[in-house]
Amino acid sequence: MSAVEAGAGETGAVAGATYDARLEAFVGAVLQPRTPAQDPVNVPMIRHWVEAMELTDPVHLDVEAARATGREDVVAPAAMVQAWVMRGYAATVRPVAGGGRFAELVDLLGEGGYTSVVATDSDLELVRELVPGDHVSVEEVVESISPEKRTGLGAGRFVTTLKTYRDADGEVVATQRWRTLRFAPATPQEPAAPEEPAALRPRPATNRDNAFWFDAAREHRLVIQRCTGCGTLRHPPGPMCPQCRSLAWDTVTASGRATLYSWVVAHHPRHPAFDSPYVVVVVDLAEGTRLISNVVDLAPEDLEVGMPLELRWLDADPDLTLPVFGPVTQED
Amino acid sequence: MSTHPRGVRGSAAIVGIGATEFSKASGRSELQLACEAVSAALDDAGIAPAEVDGMVTFTAESSSENHVARNLGIGDLTFFSRVGHGGGAACGTVAHAVAAIEAGLASVVVCWRAFNERSGERYGLGQADRAMDTSADRAAYSWMTPYGLSTPAQWVAMAARRYMHEYGATSEDFGRVAVVDRKHAATNPHAWFHGRPITLEEHQASRWIAEPLHLLDCCQETDGGQALVVVAADRARDLAQRPAWVLGAAQGQAADQHMMTSYYRPTISGLPEMGVVADQLWRQSGLGPADVQAGILYDHFTPFVLPQLEELGFCGRGEARHFIADGHLELGGSLPLNTHGGQLGEAYLHGMNGIAEAVRLVRGTSVNQPADVHHVLVTAGTGVPTSGLVLGDVA
Repeated sequence: MSAVEAGAGETGAVAGATYDARLEAFVGAVLQPRTPAQDPVNVPMIRHWVEAMELTDPVHLDVEAARATGREDVVAPAAMVQAWVMRGYAATVRPVAGGGRFAELVDLLGEGGYTSVVATDSDLELVRELVPGDHVSVEEVVESISPEKRTGLGAGRFVTTLKTYRDADGEVVATQRWRTLRFAPATPQEPAAPEEPAALRPRPATNRDNAFWFDAAREHRLVIQRCTGCGTLRHPPGPMCPQCRSLAWDTVTASGRATLYSWVVAHHPRHPAFDSPYVVVVVDLAEGTRLISNVVDLAPEDLEVGMPLELRWLDADPDLTLPVFGPVTQED
Repeated sequence: MSTHPRGVRGSAAIVGIGATEFSKASGRSELQLACEAVSAALDDAGIAPAEVDGMVTFTAESSSENHVARNLGIGDLTFFSRVGHGGGAACGTVAHAVAAIEAGLASVVVCWRAFNERSGERYGLGQADRAMDTSADRAAYSWMTPYGLSTPAQWVAMAARRYMHEYGATSEDFGRVAVVDRKHAATNPHAWFHGRPITLEEHQASRWIAEPLHLLDCCQETDGGQALVVVAADRARDLAQRPAWVLGAAQGQAADQHMMTSYYRPTISGLPEMGVVADQLWRQSGLGPADVQAGILYDHFTPFVLPQLEELGFCGRGEARHFIADGHLELGGSLPLNTHGGQLGEAYLHGMNGIAEAVRLVRGTSVNQPADVHHVLVTAGTGVPTSGLVLGDVA
């Protein structure tokens, strides 16, 4: 496999002048030859539109009102011009095979990775109003295909076509410049610049037995519960000393010196508050209790059981401060 | 004759097993799954719903005994209880049933578990965003989830790393458990991974979930139900099925026990609560590791199978990797493991499907039936307060 082929295989994009030229060849192409509407302009369809769009102008349904404005009959709402030539429900759910030039263009765009579509612009120019009995047709021609643009949706090309609407005599009644973005959907795997996590870290459930610890953390104090009966340190905290059953306790402030006991590199499932993969550790505090925490300024490959660590503080958000651990920077 | 005037051995037997299919989307309520499983287990035993007088399930079960009983036409109940700690409850349900029978509180006890664990609330997604309250159980998560330690795989991974460090075990040693499970599942038509064995290379190549755990170290998530019928000894002798006698049934919790994160003990490379269970099982049954011909060891994550083998006395501390590499867990080995495929291969039914497989092994009807099975060991969830059983073909 050549390097070029390998590159194409990895990105899925077809690069180079050949592809651009093939796209360029579509400019001026007739995507849809002049195709008549299935039904002439009619009052029942106008009524549906007027009700659905909640239009209040009486010239669409009231002949007298229309005549009062100098018109000969009621007129269809201008924006309906596109509706008269729509394929209808049956053709939408059971498309006829063989899509012609339009299908060829869609295939070529797909070949370039531009598999998704979103409409971006519709500039409608009305030459004359349509009245009941008008039989409209439409023709669609490619006007331009842009070079690749980077958009919020992904890399894509703007495809602009011109739809020309005519009456039964072939006179132009409206034109519509129709622009769509054909794009390669941006994949979440794309390397994203480090950014603020989209969500807050999970909240601790605090109660009468553990709130003191999180309160101290907010003041950047790592505390350990101590039994005032027998002096035993304990973590996670609880109401009673397992050594002497005393209910009395206070806290000592930890030195912040620790060693690494074990760790996990968490990959799945992802959580919006954490940039996966991330490391969760269990450390032995110098005072003798253990603590689950995170590390900072250390990559997973830097970690070794027993390595010394020192306390840092993570002000995760205004309501949550957590002790975390980094490499030792100060010798004492 | 038992040396104990009263005791577990020989007082009760499992005489019926029944399950739904094991799937990823059952398409029906958890209550319906429970009813289907219990109904199938009663039919298997040849016992009418009206004869049931005791029911036991997990605290994690969403369908209480009154709902299941009302739907099945079960009448008066004289005993009902629930066992906590997720998968650690599995064998404990039978232990409760046996205790009730031995105490004369009931004589026909149904144990069950049913859930839509895959299509409903998935445990694998972790506890990070579960609702908060101020109970002790909920507050315990405060020491983990703010740091991103919220899933069972992550909880096990922390202990697994330490086990590797202390005993020189490797990811491949864990992988051999997965390979055996999937090999046995491959020939089990009821297994999700029927016909889909894996190699150790595939295990090693599977993506990381929580290092040092690969995807293939982790059990499935399953929708389904599984039920068992436990009856008193006199009733067991005149039923259609060959009784799977309960020779040992025990629960165990050890010092400084946490829910999956007992990281504060002097060492975390063992599972002392399983040691508590093991001591009781061998004492109750009068048997030892050399006397069982098959093992159903809880395998939500492969690393915890190794310390289980050690706690249960099949090998010394840190030696499980050699015991496994020597082929003891294979069909034809000294302790064929998880002949149904385990929770990695058959289904994750919180360990209850493993008890059903142990019953089949005693009956001689497993799809991977080893020769001459007389005693089978079963364990429940690891890393939590847990339980175990020894079943046998003679009371």
